[in-house]
Amino acid sequence: MTNSTKDSTAAQAPATGDITLSSRAAPVEFNQVSKVYGGSVTAVDNVSLRVEAGELVTLLGPSGCGKTTTLRMIAGLEKATSGTITIGDIDVTGLPATDRDVTMVFQSYALFPHMTVLENVSYGLSMSGLQKPDVRERAEQGLDLVGLSGYGSRLPSELSGGQQQRVAVARALVLEPQVLLFDEPLSNLDAKLRRQVREDIRDIQTRLGLTVVYVTHDQEEALAVSDRIIVMNNAVIAQIGTPRELYEAPASEFVADFIGEANILDAEIERLANGQAEVRLGSVQMALKAGPEHKPGPVRLAVRPGRIRLNPAGTADSIAGVIDKGTYVGSHMEYRVDTDHGVMFIVSQEVAQAYVQGDAVGVTFATTGPVLLSA
Amino acid sequence: MNTSITRFDRVALLWLTVALAGFCLFPWYMLEDGLFSFEWLFDGYPFDTDYAPALFLLVQGEKLWLAPLLAVFALAAPTVFLSRTHRFYGALLIAAGTLGLLWLAAQGLSIGIRGFNAEWLKALFGELGDRQFGMGYGGLLVAVACLFFVTTGLAARGAVNGDVFVVGAIGFIVAIVSVFIFFPIVTMLSSAVTDDNGLFSLGAFFGKFSDDKIWSLGCVTGERTCGVAWNSLFLALLVGFFTTALGLVFALVATRSGIRQASLLRPLTVLPIITPPFVIGLAIILLFGLSGTVTTFVADMLGIQPTRWVYGLPGIFIAQLLSFTPIAFLVLIGVVEGVSPSMEEASQTLRASRWQTFRTVSLPLMRPGLANAFLLGFIESMADFGNPLVLGGNYDVLSTEIFFSIVGAQNDQGRAAVLAIVLLLFTLTAFYAQRRWLGQKSFVTKTGKGDSGAHALLPKRVLLPCWIIALVWAGFTLVVYGMIVYGSFVEVWGLNNTLTFKHYIQAFGVVWDDNGLRLKGAAWDSFLTTLQIAATAAPITAMVGLITAFLLVRQNFAAKGAFEFGTMLSFAIPGTVIGVSYILAFNVPPIELTGTGVILIISFVFRNMPVGVRAGIASMSQLDKSLDEASLTLGASTWRTFTRIILPLMKPAIVAAMVFSFVRAMTAISAVIFLVSAQYDMATSYIIGRVENNDYGIAIAYSTVLIVVMLSIVSIMQLLVGRTKTSRRADPVAV
Ligand SMILES: Nc1ncnc2c1ncn2[C@@H]1O[C@H](COP(=O)(O)OP(=O)(O)OP(=O)(O)O)[C@@H](O)[C@H]1O
Ligand SMILES: [Mg+2]
Repeated sequence: MTNSTKDSTAAQAPATGDITLSSRAAPVEFNQVSKVYGGSVTAVDNVSLRVEAGELVTLLGPSGCGKTTTLRMIAGLEKATSGTITIGDIDVTGLPATDRDVTMVFQSYALFPHMTVLENVSYGLSMSGLQKPDVRERAEQGLDLVGLSGYGSRLPSELSGGQQQRVAVARALVLEPQVLLFDEPLSNLDAKLRRQVREDIRDIQTRLGLTVVYVTHDQEEALAVSDRIIVMNNAVIAQIGTPRELYEAPASEFVADFIGEANILDAEIERLANGQAEVRLGSVQMALKAGPEHKPGPVRLAVRPGRIRLNPAGTADSIAGVIDKGTYVGSHMEYRVDTDHGVMFIVSQEVAQAYVQGDAVGVTFATTGPVLLSA
Repeated sequence: MNTSITRFDRVALLWLTVALAGFCLFPWYMLEDGLFSFEWLFDGYPFDTDYAPALFLLVQGEKLWLAPLLAVFALAAPTVFLSRTHRFYGALLIAAGTLGLLWLAAQGLSIGIRGFNAEWLKALFGELGDRQFGMGYGGLLVAVACLFFVTTGLAARGAVNGDVFVVGAIGFIVAIVSVFIFFPIVTMLSSAVTDDNGLFSLGAFFGKFSDDKIWSLGCVTGERTCGVAWNSLFLALLVGFFTTALGLVFALVATRSGIRQASLLRPLTVLPIITPPFVIGLAIILLFGLSGTVTTFVADMLGIQPTRWVYGLPGIFIAQLLSFTPIAFLVLIGVVEGVSPSMEEASQTLRASRWQTFRTVSLPLMRPGLANAFLLGFIESMADFGNPLVLGGNYDVLSTEIFFSIVGAQNDQGRAAVLAIVLLLFTLTAFYAQRRWLGQKSFVTKTGKGDSGAHALLPKRVLLPCWIIALVWAGFTLVVYGMIVYGSFVEVWGLNNTLTFKHYIQAFGVVWDDNGLRLKGAAWDSFLTTLQIAATAAPITAMVGLITAFLLVRQNFAAKGAFEFGTMLSFAIPGTVIGVSYILAFNVPPIELTGTGVILIISFVFRNMPVGVRAGIASMSQLDKSLDEASLTLGASTWRTFTRIILPLMKPAIVAAMVFSFVRAMTAISAVIFLVSAQYDMATSYIIGRVENNDYGIAIAYSTVLIVVMLSIVSIMQLLVGRTKTSRRADPVAV
């Protein structure tokens, strides 16, 4: 059932143990893919994307934006209404799930309750026609990899949530799929376990060089595990980039707001030259990086709360404001400041000498602070 | 893992082999002795034309109209060597299968036991000078193969994601529903618009349809009796209303009285399942008949002449009320429990009293459920045959009238068909109403997660009357069943009350003699036949129901709504209608089944199919869908997912569906009574026969045995299934 892959970027097995599982990681590409449910609900709208082999990409976005649908189209569980999907540069748009070399870890884990852990992990192997001894050997390697050797004869119901989750990962891993999919794999775990398991997943992914597409709506989780993040909103892609790019240079108000918090300010581009824009915000002048989509005229800026400084009133090149509210939250102070350009939300590390309500202040921006939004 | 897998297309090869085997190896026509006799193998096969496969018939120059099928095989053959993705693979299979099915139907319908069936064919081709009987193994295999040619071809052209198993399953269900539900009904409709000379005539239809005996409103004006249609309708409305009311009372007592013993009411719901429908009627006769206990007691006390008052509307009404109230209870207990306690609690925190809460929140929320129960009671009453048969008196209803127009001196199939159509109109209207307004609604509340919190108790002024009614009814039910058991030991009811085992010995006596154990009792024959037929029908019903449920719950395909409607439709087709239509449709080639055991099995499968489907749907909806999806992404095909994941997880549901359809097959009467034959007599029709001969002793003893047998079967099943369930409930995985 497996399509051979030419660009197999199998990572060398690490020193730990004699694990021989590898991967035949392959890139995934969407070309103008849409999914319409029942003729009216557009869950995914004309999306194009590419996930490179051996890369971990997260799909991030608010509830109902089409993440799961996108993932299920990669798996073949949902048929694209239009567009083409390729895996390993082979067109798989018409292939059902059975015939795709893609496995998935489900949110509910979907372990077969009537089979033991070992039988669960062996299931896919025996479906692909391997000989019995090979099946067993590979399944045990898989359990070993997720640290569950010795649990093979238990029923899924006899495991903790975290262990069940790892069995589900092992079951998907042992097939050495071209692409491994995760749909909110951590949502059934408690907060502490979540951090641990997500690091384990990332660890295995980098060791084996797997292509992983990972769905979450938790931005912190996405920032922590991803090579790249695809932010979706209302069935379309809002932005694709590395965690740092998304955080530091969000392209739109939506992304700026969805990943961390941001102040959105109305400003004016006065001049454009060589990708640099002269931007004026009230009395303040700034030089910011601009893209081809920017033109002189009104524009909006996004500034992270932590990239804004509070200074005594009247500081040069500052925007005048008045403290509306200051909140002490332990590690830092949070302020709401009234300015001519609207209310700003500011985080300050200076806990020792805090401003109080009614103080007049001058607001300035860190040099890498404001970014121009394109939408 | 051998080379043939890569060189040949396995699916095409499989069905071509089946087709060729059907054509070249198996007897083409139906065998005299039925499908389960293998005498033919030693009796002139393969050249004797009675047993010959189609190929041998053709070689001998007989039945030359079968020859075109060879072209069909030739058309399908190349696909064995093509790959599934080849341009012509799908097209060839579809063409071959469609042509094959069309030709089979065309030749089967136009050439019968007297040569050409239709005048215009004779006019066109002249007399045929030959004839043919119903299709047998050979014809069946070729038809099945052609069907799967089509579905495999459609799958290859991308239908339902190209899934061969799913398309095949859809095709299979559609085909059997068409052949065994739609075809008979259509045949019946067409026989209703055919006059005595076999010509199409709307006049004949309207003549019979507008018969005074059906539609007369004489009873309103007081001159004569009313027409059967009005009788049936009035009875059904009455029964629907009262079973719903009683069902609601019991449901409320069982869930909201705060008294734990109330759960004792639940076993009562098992009774109608295991009781043959006319048995209640028999008990009513024992109590209220001319020589009934109550009748004679009251007559003695008041010094009046005992009357036959119970025969007619009162008797049927009481019997149906007893029979169908538990069904309403079963429906309404779900509804009553489904009303979320938090809503009632919310209402109470908003300062409503218990009574206000009940009246303004609980009751309105139950309204769809009440309507549902009403329509169910309505349909059941319309379709009931056994009780009107034993208790009807002069109160004629549609279901019995249909029977008497066929078996009586009248033997008027056209009239039976017309009456059946009237009955069908009533039940289908009710069924449609139920689906249209309520079908979806009641389902949605079921799938939601249960709230915590307890149900509000009933206000006193509701609870007390409810308790009284429930107790009286439960007591009455006990008396009724007690009567049946007791009556089976009484010499002659009402005349000679000495206790005796006579009836049991007559029915189920066994003797030891030189030949070993001999079953001497008169009932053994029908009893064993019934067991055998019910046991054969049960797994088939469960399988058909399960596959249908799988398609409905787990697959998406065009016209799914129509598919669902079609599979659930047989629920609304009364047994008498099925009986009549089967006689009309399967008495003649191409499918000639009357007088065989097969027709009984088939009628059970399709009568009970909705039950299997419902059971399947209910338990499959509780199975997390990601289990199948996980299996698919792990490289298992839909077929393997079905067999390795879904079937094992549904074992309890399968057992339940099997037992249930087994029991229903044992107790059914309405369709059965048309379809039994000397060779295949069934328990229920045997009992009815005894009743008609006024031989109540054996009838009641036999009924008691049936009830006891089925009670034990159901209890064993509940023990088994109950145990599996608890072990699975401890399972946190299948969230
Ligand atoms: N089977 C379906 N039929 C109809 N509409 C659907 C179906 N599945 C999803 N949708 C709709 O498609 C849209 C996208 O759903 P999807 O499950 O992809 O969202 P999601 O991004 O995964 O959200 P969440 O974070 O809540 O899981 C939603 O509006 C949803 O209502
Ligand atoms: Mg989702």
